[in-house]
Amino acid sequence: MTAHTDTRAAYAIVGTIDDIPAQGARCVTMGETRVAVFRTADDRIFALEDRCPHRGGPLSQGIVHDGCVTCPLHNWVISLQSGRATGADDGATCTFDVRLEGRTIHLAMRAND
Amino acid sequence: MAKTRLVIVGNGMAPGRMLEHLFEAAPEAFDVTIFNAEPRVNYDRIMLSPVLSGEKTYDSIVIHGDDWYARHGVTLHKGQRVTGIDRVARTVTSDAGVSAAYDTLVIATGSDPFIIPVPGRDLPGVRAYRDLDDVEAMLAAADRGGRAVVIGGGLLGLEAAAGLRARGMDVTVLHLTPTLMDRQLDPAAGYLLEKALTARGIEIRCGADTKAILGDTRVTGVELKDGTVIDASLVVMAVGIRPNTLLARAAGLEVNRGIVVDDGMVTSDPAILSLGECAEVGGRVYGLVAPLYDMARVAADRLTGGDAAFRHSEVPTKLKVTGCDLYSVGDFADGPDREEIVLRDAARGAYRRVVLKDNRIIGAVLYGDTADGAWFNDLLKKGVDVSGMRETLIFGQAFQGGGQMDPVAAVAALPDDTEICGCNGVCKGRVVAAITEKGLTSLDDVRAHTKASASCGSCTGLVENLMSATLGDAFNANAVKSMCGCTPLGHGEVRRLIKAKGLKSIPAVMQELEWSTSGGCAKCRPALNYYLVADWPGEYEDDGQSRFINERVHANIQKDGTYSVVPRMWGGLTSAQELRAIADVVEKFDIPTVKVTGGQRIDMLGVKKEDLPAVWADLGQAGFVSGHAYAKGLRTVKTCVGSQWCRFGTQDSTGLGVKLERFLWGSWTPAKVKLAVSGCPRNCAEATCKDVGIVCVDSGYEIHYAGAAGLDIKGTEVLGLVKTEEEAIEVTAALIQMYREQGYYLERIYKWARRVGYQVVREQILEDAGKRREYYDRFVLSQTFAQSDPWSERVSGKDKHEFKPLAALQPELV
Ligand SMILES: Cc1cc2nc3c(=O)[nH]c(=O)nc-3n(C[C@H](O)[C@H](O)[C@H](O)COP(=O)(O)OP(=O)(O)OC[C@H]3O[C@@H](n4cnc5c(N)ncnc54)[C@H](O)[C@@H]3O)c2cc1C
Ligand code: SF4
Ligand code: FES
Repeated sequence: MTAHTDTRAAYAIVGTIDDIPAQGARCVTMGETRVAVFRTADDRIFALEDRCPHRGGPLSQGIVHDGCVTCPLHNWVISLQSGRATGADDGATCTFDVRLEGRTIHLAMRAND
Repeated sequence: MAKTRLVIVGNGMAPGRMLEHLFEAAPEAFDVTIFNAEPRVNYDRIMLSPVLSGEKTYDSIVIHGDDWYARHGVTLHKGQRVTGIDRVARTVTSDAGVSAAYDTLVIATGSDPFIIPVPGRDLPGVRAYRDLDDVEAMLAAADRGGRAVVIGGGLLGLEAAAGLRARGMDVTVLHLTPTLMDRQLDPAAGYLLEKALTARGIEIRCGADTKAILGDTRVTGVELKDGTVIDASLVVMAVGIRPNTLLARAAGLEVNRGIVVDDGMVTSDPAILSLGECAEVGGRVYGLVAPLYDMARVAADRLTGGDAAFRHSEVPTKLKVTGCDLYSVGDFADGPDREEIVLRDAARGAYRRVVLKDNRIIGAVLYGDTADGAWFNDLLKKGVDVSGMRETLIFGQAFQGGGQMDPVAAVAALPDDTEICGCNGVCKGRVVAAITEKGLTSLDDVRAHTKASASCGSCTGLVENLMSATLGDAFNANAVKSMCGCTPLGHGEVRRLIKAKGLKSIPAVMQELEWSTSGGCAKCRPALNYYLVADWPGEYEDDGQSRFINERVHANIQKDGTYSVVPRMWGGLTSAQELRAIADVVEKFDIPTVKVTGGQRIDMLGVKKEDLPAVWADLGQAGFVSGHAYAKGLRTVKTCVGSQWCRFGTQDSTGLGVKLERFLWGSWTPAKVKLAVSGCPRNCAEATCKDVGIVCVDSGYEIHYAGAAGLDIKGTEVLGLVKTEEEAIEVTAALIQMYREQGYYLERIYKWARRVGYQVVREQILEDAGKRREYYDRFVLSQTFAQSDPWSERVSGKDKHEFKPLAALQPELV
């Protein structure tokens, strides 16, 4: 089936930036996977799988700051850009491409490798 | 090029460290498979004692989580014991029948605890002290209470004893020889240690030889050779370890005490390496991580084609029992060719002994004041001739070459290659380089970048001194601890400036006080939000995104991402109607666990986030409001039944508890606040370990405060006696308001009071009626904005987006 999907069709509209509080997140379910879509203070949008690389904490529930989110379970700080843990911690969660067209959020339907 | 198939047996600290080196040097070269008999990932075994005593959790001592293995493409077989090595076919096979082929094999099976062969050793309730299963078994035993007997007064045994004591058990340590830790300490230091442990309520019996462990179906006691019987519900054996060489022996490798390896960690079969406690190198086996980490470095280097070699060096021993400082290194046995220098300071309970041979230090024991340990160790390692400083040697580094040196100057004077952190083999030069090159200013940063002080933590003081020496005034561990990496200002300074400059929003604070980040971090934002809520009631608009998830959704997040909900039960009272409503909610939402909390409330655990609003709506219908069990705010007021029912009660403690809770609920505070009211000095509500406790007496109400019964355990201070309920309530509210205005975020009342001084609190709250009234009035004003039930707000639609997914995409489309 992928033969028919061009790159554009691999994105889905999931809502608008106004649906997400600044420095907050909302989740999109994609089958079994939960994707957290984050909005930073300066209105950038990022998407990560909603699973902390440490012990699976729901990153969408953390505090968003400076391009990172702090996991609510044990305070790992995860980069929204790369999905990687920062500082001494080691690990990464999947990232998803997202783009804003106007205020509409388009989310890639597949995780980045 | 095909990857080398590397198979590792055992997943302890040594191979874990080896892999870190390996992946750093050659990330792509190896295809790694690990078998581990323990059913878990790699964790910091030396931190089991803090887990036992409750100072740390298992989660926080994990070294490599599951994702680490995934990221490095490592196959980890958890809970699989390797039972055979086929050196011809180059395969290993596990007890579950899984096999793996290797090009290179690493055996790192660690040690087995030694179990003394006395009758009863197999009874349930007899444990070794080696892994997390042992700790969990001990914790379960501690929950049941009773007496624990620890056999073995060495490092491990004493840590186990201190941990079990901290968990509330009665503890007896049996030790065969006349003084504790006789392998590391001389008798004098052993004696001081015994005194210190006895003072903590641990019974020590030296010269105690175990004859049998008693019990039919589980352990009930221990019998000594002299006939003494000691009751016990738990027996911990910590009498030593033996390298685990079974597998290597069966495979025909050369084995002595340990698996014999050369200085490159290679066994008698060139395709097989061994490292860790199971390996014997240069005729020695090791039981502390520092040399094992050296082995790890050597093994990794050899695997990537280098020629590093392992060299023996003495490893200092330190005991990880809070409040007992001891340091021991080298050899201190008596001998005709040896001299010793001893210093005793009875008043301070300090003792030092240095053993010399040919004017060189070969051993040192420090008890009480261990700051000079690293210096003595350095002299020992380098074999420095100390005849020139013989007279003052024992006084330590500060007394060398003239005037007194303070500890900071002392570390400054150490040569660059002095080892600072023994566990991780970090020397002074590396720490200093990291501080200056990376601009590190906090201890946490130094830990993150160098690993120094990140393992057993006993070198923390040294690292702090080194930071002071390197950073000068920019580092002051005590005076100004900055709030976080976003600002050099401390909490006190920030609080003062918020008031002084009239700052009323988080962006205003960050702008005016020159925050170095654009939006703060997860440490400063919740703190600022609290300061603004507390300082500008009615004016400041709460920032939900700066609150921790628990406060944002008014429920406690649990480890699996579900929540727990606790409704308020004023003063611990409830009714048939309330209980029925709770029962209905539990059934309707399929809530898996219902638990009565230590604070006399009911906790419903395992609620899905989407269900929270509906759960609250139903509870709200029944008249409940949130118990704020998640809050940095007023949580519970625990009560006893008091004069209404109890034959000893002097006052209506339940009634007063209810009044207090209804008056105080909803207020945010720097950290959680728990109260209790007891009806008489029998104190059934345990008021003397609470943030505020009231003990009713015939003549009135005795007000206590600054107690704690969590991470720290501390009895309360007495604030004073008042005559009437009204006064008790006013004093309590004024005290809480004073704390609200002065406390640093996450600083409990007991820490705040210690910082500002008990006398100051008493003067302002008890002795100065005018001041008290002012605090009280400000509290009342603040409450007019605070007492709105967060649950009903949310049920009525506030922030309802929190609880619904933004979108649900169909998997077919993916
Ligand atoms: C409570 C406690 C406190 C300690 N405190 C300190 C301290 O303060 N400072 C210090 O330096 N050291 C301390 N130590 C010692 C330190 O933890 C050990 O030296 C170190 O962990 C040994 O590492 P290792 O990799 O050799 O073996 P281990 O960490 O013991 O790992 C061996 C692993 O191999 C597994 N295994 C065994 N046989 C097989 C098999 N056939 N197949 C598969 N897997 C197998 C075992 O299940 C185990 O997980 C402490 C130890 C304990 C128990
Ligand atoms: S504290 Fe006193 S009044 Fe309260 S239950 Fe205990 S004995 Fe009775
Ligand atoms: S699960 Fe995220 S920090 Fe532990």
